[in-house]
Amino acid sequence: MSRLAANLRIIGALGRRSIRQTFRRPQLMAPIIIFPTLLLAVQTGGAGSAVNLPAFPEVNGFLDFMLAGAMIQSALLAGNSGGIALAVDIEMGFTDRLLAAPISRFAIVLGRLAGTAALGAFSAVYYVVLGLIFGARIEEGVIGVLLMIAFVTLAAIAFGGIGAAIALRSGSASVVQGLFPLVFVILFLSSAFFPYELMLEPAATVAEFNPVSFIVEGVRDPVISTLTGEDAWKAFASIAAIGGISLGLSSLALRHRLRVGS
Amino acid sequence: MSAAIALSWPTVAALVRRSANELMRVPGAAIPGVLAPTIFYVGLTSVFGNLTDLRGFDTDTYSSFIIPVSLLQGAGFTGAATGVNLARDIEQGWFDRLLASPAPRPAILGGLVASASIRSLVPAAVLLAVAFAIGADWPGPLGLLIAVFGVMATGTVAALWGCTLALRFRSQSAAPLMQAGMFVLVLFTTSYAPRELLQPWLQTVSDINPVTQVVEMVRQGFVPGTVTWAETWPGLVALAGLAVVLTWFALRGMRHMAD
Repeated sequence: MSRLAANLRIIGALGRRSIRQTFRRPQLMAPIIIFPTLLLAVQTGGAGSAVNLPAFPEVNGFLDFMLAGAMIQSALLAGNSGGIALAVDIEMGFTDRLLAAPISRFAIVLGRLAGTAALGAFSAVYYVVLGLIFGARIEEGVIGVLLMIAFVTLAAIAFGGIGAAIALRSGSASVVQGLFPLVFVILFLSSAFFPYELMLEPAATVAEFNPVSFIVEGVRDPVISTLTGEDAWKAFASIAAIGGISLGLSSLALRHRLRVGS
Repeated sequence: MSAAIALSWPTVAALVRRSANELMRVPGAAIPGVLAPTIFYVGLTSVFGNLTDLRGFDTDTYSSFIIPVSLLQGAGFTGAATGVNLARDIEQGWFDRLLASPAPRPAILGGLVASASIRSLVPAAVLLAVAFAIGADWPGPLGLLIAVFGVMATGTVAALWGCTLALRFRSQSAAPLMQAGMFVLVLFTTSYAPRELLQPWLQTVSDINPVTQVVEMVRQGFVPGTVTWAETWPGLVALAGLAVVLTWFALRGMRHMAD
């Protein structure tokens, strides 16, 4: 029991450090908040007339539709930023000192993911507030908001696991940073910014089956309609699948790092 | 005066050569500046391609409508990268040595922005190849020439912006600001749709934003496909105005740094 409490304390401390690091370094914060906010603004203002297309779903406004995309974009980028920060720790030797300390090795990764989760939750709240200020309406009210925050937080952990796995395996911040454009490939090939039925082929078909689309639709559902169990469970299952794979990869990468050293 | 001019050209040429050497020796460094606008171009075309079904679009190929935005984004990223490289040179002390040399400061700035202007052709070439491959309309020789000029001039303006910030903050940490500045200037225009289809607040912003004129100037060859002086001169004025203002700020930054 005391061992568990000690590990939780370490995870908490590393998580707090990770959050402070993100808020202190503009290059880590910009991708999570500034870029998705700018993209949300320009897409809402520039492509807002899309709601007049015949096959567009019934929504109060384009902003309502776009909020979920911005949140998941932010969660993906929070995962990537967390990976970059972990790789910087490896490059600077901080992770080596943690590995030499009498603490659980998985607490090191979980601490980083705790920070990413907190940033995911923060970004979800930020976008809900931003949306409400600019006229979005969340159909499912408070329950819907809580569900959105939960999904975005869990998604941030799942995506953060991928960033952590690549950071642990490569030990190089520039390699993890190189994944940044890939985040946009994943987003453009999902229904984050537009209904997949209205996208051009072959992107439409890829988006229909992309797990990120299921997560986005799970987050979007409480905003634009009454909750449907199907969208929620598909989102949850996608997060669980990505999370399971990413944590498994992180575990393998950690073992690799312990074997080969830095 | 004549000595200053005599020193200027070799300085500009040396800095352009240095930039070319960087590109040849570390070609991978150019990849992000090419990849990001290309991903955005293909992504935006795939996602918003059916927007052309809305009344108000002069074209039925969104790839033609959005290509000028991606070309200017590529130039913007390249220019911002020049600012990041300058910040690196300042951090490492190399730029101090350059300021202490007898090279005139406008020539140093000229060398930096000239290299950015030339380098902005790299993403433009890739983007145009991708655009024509996925069905963008041929803009005609004059339309293409205006597009290339717009790209190089935007690369210059973006480099001036990046250098101004690098000289102000003297740290690579200012990189997001350099990138975000050009991102905002290029996207908060008629980038996604014609003016009449924008939300009212974005119509107002795009009316004020001088880069809207540059986007329209570069776009005319692709959409509607005819080049006119009326669509060209506002873009030229906007680019000249931005270049003059930002040159003043960058030179002031150099003076403050040398003091």
